[in-house]
Amino acid sequence: MNTEILGITLMYVLVVALAIPLGRYIGKIFNYEATWLDRLFNPLDKLFFKLGGIDPSKEMDWKQHLGALLTINLLWFVISMFVLTNMSWLPLNPDKNPSMTADLAFNTATSFVSNTNLQHYAGETGLSYFGQLTLMLWQFISAATGIAICGVVFTAMKERTSTTLGNFYSYFVRSSTRILLPIAFIGAVLLLLNGTPMTFAGKDTITTVEGVEQQVSGGPVAAFVAIKQLGTNGGGFYGANSTNPMENPNYFTNIVETVFIFLIPIAMVFALGYVLKRKKLSWMIYGVMTVGFVLLLLPTVSLEMQGNPAIADMGIQHPLGSMEGKEVRFGAAASAYWAINTTVTSNGSVNAMHDSLTPLSGAFTMLGMMVNAFYGGVGVGFLNFYVFIILAVFISGLMVGRTPEFLGKKIEAKEMKIAMIVALLHPLMILGGTALASHLYAGDPATYAGWLNNPGYHGFSEMLYEVTSSAGNNGSGFEGLGDNTPFWNILCGVIMFICRYLPIIGPVAIAGSLAAKRYVPESAGTLKTDTATFGLMTFAVIAIVAALSFFPALTLGPIAEYFSMK
Amino acid sequence: MKTNITKALRLTLVCLVFFSGVYTMAVWAVAQLVPGQGKGFTIEENGKKYHVNVGQAFTQDKYFWSRPSAVDYNAAGSGGSNLGPSNPEHLAEVQARIEHFLEHNPDVTKPEIPSDLVTSSGGGLDPHISVQGAKVQAQRVAKIRGLNLESVNKLIDRHIEPPLWGIFGTKRINVLQLNLALDKIKG
Repeated sequence: MNTEILGITLMYVLVVALAIPLGRYIGKIFNYEATWLDRLFNPLDKLFFKLGGIDPSKEMDWKQHLGALLTINLLWFVISMFVLTNMSWLPLNPDKNPSMTADLAFNTATSFVSNTNLQHYAGETGLSYFGQLTLMLWQFISAATGIAICGVVFTAMKERTSTTLGNFYSYFVRSSTRILLPIAFIGAVLLLLNGTPMTFAGKDTITTVEGVEQQVSGGPVAAFVAIKQLGTNGGGFYGANSTNPMENPNYFTNIVETVFIFLIPIAMVFALGYVLKRKKLSWMIYGVMTVGFVLLLLPTVSLEMQGNPAIADMGIQHPLGSMEGKEVRFGAAASAYWAINTTVTSNGSVNAMHDSLTPLSGAFTMLGMMVNAFYGGVGVGFLNFYVFIILAVFISGLMVGRTPEFLGKKIEAKEMKIAMIVALLHPLMILGGTALASHLYAGDPATYAGWLNNPGYHGFSEMLYEVTSSAGNNGSGFEGLGDNTPFWNILCGVIMFICRYLPIIGPVAIAGSLAAKRYVPESAGTLKTDTATFGLMTFAVIAIVAALSFFPALTLGPIAEYFSMK
Repeated sequence: MKTNITKALRLTLVCLVFFSGVYTMAVWAVAQLVPGQGKGFTIEENGKKYHVNVGQAFTQDKYFWSRPSAVDYNAAGSGGSNLGPSNPEHLAEVQARIEHFLEHNPDVTKPEIPSDLVTSSGGGLDPHISVQGAKVQAQRVAKIRGLNLESVNKLIDRHIEPPLWGIFGTKRINVLQLNLALDKIKG
């Protein structure tokens, strides 16, 4: 069998094999059960609580959870703005990189605090090491925010009737120290052993064999890349992200980095089953997500391995598939696999340039971000899926004439309103943002000539991708877009902000309101939610609500490009 | 709200010290114990230092060429072309590379050229080419260096990096190492 296909098969088998036990472990952490790492982490957590002035046993209701989450996130935004606009005189700046402009800092601060990691700068020249380490802190704690709030929703789903749902800070600290930290450390060491730099020295200057001077950027890369992959962050240390051979030196590191993209998002699904003691529900959710993922994956791998038909027409050999924007050490299959991994979870790191993907592969990566719930970002991926479950429960309840109930709680008008707002927000932001950008460009192409790196349909795709990536809190890009302009910095910043926090607030409000309701025991009249039939229903809701709303936009971009190349 | 702010501030400071500080320094400390001391893998050849993982530009006829790079092998500013598959500019560029290649390798026919030699890599620093990418250049290199084709082909075969554990991923050739070995033959 083809070694490239074997490679990606290995990556998927490996991540599921690791995610199942990890899910159990995360479930134990949410349930406050004993784990074998307690001896190490109990004292550490106590230290965090003591220095932070936090009483982890103080119970909060869902509004207090959101209050704590939003306050701490706002503070991170303020700190980022300060650091990014003052890097030039702050320490750890051996390469003398400049501070950011206000609009770029706004975009970057929002981007990292919201776990998006959209980058309108290149790391080598746009950030000092101090800036990099600050952003790395958000990579840890914005991911921990997602995991923590997901833990709150799990708890709410578990409770029979309760208004209190544990302590936010406690979930947050436990998610950072017990989940992210140990795995990131292992990943960093694996990368280091394979040649990823970990140094505070500035650029290294060498003379090439042909006698040209070449400067090689270094930096504390290994520590950064491990958490970037693990926390569905995706913001690269270098401009070229994990295509850069320092950031991702060989096929082994590529396996590690790819596995890290999916690890926690898949584990969260199994953690749910552990917390609720409903394994079948976990498998139903995992099944729906996997079907969606595979449907996006297979055509993309196949298209990238076939290569660009326009180049094949020139009469050269095409055994490796489409190689523009790809690295020989990964090959087309592993690049396509990563592309779908990184877009269905809101990771956004790349090991190949998405702008140069063949047209339909580009469409599939965008669809992954538009749905944003096939595994999804750490914690928040499940929250998105939760909204689709609520919609599916309601619709199937209406279809069979039963009271819509989920886990023993009645779903009523209030929950449905919230779910609809969250579900419709995503297409509104993506289509509205793209429409605005296209309107400006079409009205005055001369003024905005610097935006698009590619003409025609593909140029439209560049704008659509950028807005989709912001709304999906993804962070990857069709990087040809000249995006470091006030318009794009502000538009993307605002969209990232809205699309991070409303989809957190909505599901937490639904779960909190359901938790407070009276528990109705399951009866013969209850709609079973852990069956294949209900899975199919959920998939249909996703396909109709999420995917189809974007079909017209995709037609104008990648699909039109595909047919124009025939 | 006010109590949240003080808590948030204190907790953020603790996280800053711990994740940006302690975690980073722990990884850095491990780096001091492993090969390369966290400065990336380098090799010394004739008293000169080279980064094995970072591609270099090879454009002279006496060396095996590396892949085209959108950033001219600037290892302090990596990046790709970001040109779309249907972009006429991109297609013209590829066409020009094919012609340039044929001009410098007159013994090669067009269907023998693999796509990796005429497309630019993602980061612009790809240290590898495909096996076919090296084979197709063997005749040019052999001729210009006065070596026989067979020995050059053998050298290429010796430099094939197999897929991971023999079965996962691609076969490839590190251009830098192949060219350094080539220089040694001439001796």
